[in-house]
Amino acid sequence: MAGEVKTKLSKNLLRMKFMQRGLDSQTKKQLEEEEKKIISEEHWYLDLPDLKEKESFIIEERSFMPCEELLYGRMSFKGFNPEIEKLMVQMNSKSKKEEIEVDGKMEADVSDEEMARRYETLVGTIGKKFLKKRDQHVLHDEDEDENSNTRPKKARKMFLKPQD
Amino acid sequence: RSQYVPVKGDHVIGIVTARAGDVFRLDVGGSEQAALSYLAFEGATKRNRPNVQVGDLIYGQFLVANKDMEPEMVCIDSSGRSSGMGVIGQDGFLFKVSLGLIRKLLAPKCEIIQELSQLYPFELVLGMNGRIWVKAKTVQQTLIIVNILEACEYMTAEQRKQALAKLSGN
Repeated sequence: MAGEVKTKLSKNLLRMKFMQRGLDSQTKKQLEEEEKKIISEEHWYLDLPDLKEKESFIIEERSFMPCEELLYGRMSFKGFNPEIEKLMVQMNSKSKKEEIEVDGKMEADVSDEEMARRYETLVGTIGKKFLKKRDQHVLHDEDEDENSNTRPKKARKMFLKPQD
Repeated sequence: RSQYVPVKGDHVIGIVTARAGDVFRLDVGGSEQAALSYLAFEGATKRNRPNVQVGDLIYGQFLVANKDMEPEMVCIDSSGRSSGMGVIGQDGFLFKVSLGLIRKLLAPKCEIIQELSQLYPFELVLGMNGRIWVKAKTVQQTLIIVNILEACEYMTAEQRKQALAKLSGN
């Protein structure tokens, strides 16, 4: 048993999908190389520089409606058909709405600086609301430190494990 | 006078010529007949079919219109509302004018339309395919409007004003 003996795989086995997956990359490379060889020798090509595609600035519009801003086709006069008169107003104002330019920014009632000041204090007051009860005590004590310094500081109550 | 070419988005008046299963065939004055599905109406379902007979007038817009395919029409807009499209009611008078006159009449400040609207109440539907439908209270009034609109192609503004002055005197 000298040398390597490659087990010959049957054709059917090779045709199975799981065999094709690994095989593909190899065969692909082979095919590519073969193609390249063929191209370089026999392939004719034009010895011209690449032409850029011209951007066309022409848009074709086949309908007259947008060109002349034509009105809506259904019309009624002097109240002959009130629904259509309503519709006329609706449709013809739609086309005019697009022409009206957007208004500028509205003037602010409150200036930006004042807004920032108010916001600063606001954050503090709302923040206190969400502190836990124990933390609120601490905060309260801190506030009153200057006035009532005789009151001893209460020890914070911690959880005591029950002894067996 | 030139023949109308269907264009996507155009509103036209079509005449129902046939009903082929789920689709109506409309004559829009072009080289081909247009197709209109019975579901392309506001509030139409398979059970709730629109009341459209052969010979009815329909005001709709083109959904598909190119030289390679048969034109297709619908009577609803992109949001599903009819917005004035659909079967045009009973009575009234349909006639044909040139395409150029339609464009003139649909211009934002059309004198002809403004002057006519002073005469008496009436209803008007203008199709981009050159068809106009008019309805007024009496047959005589309707015919007067029809004649004025037809003659507008050739009359000058002065002649028109004279004719209208005579009429409003009557």
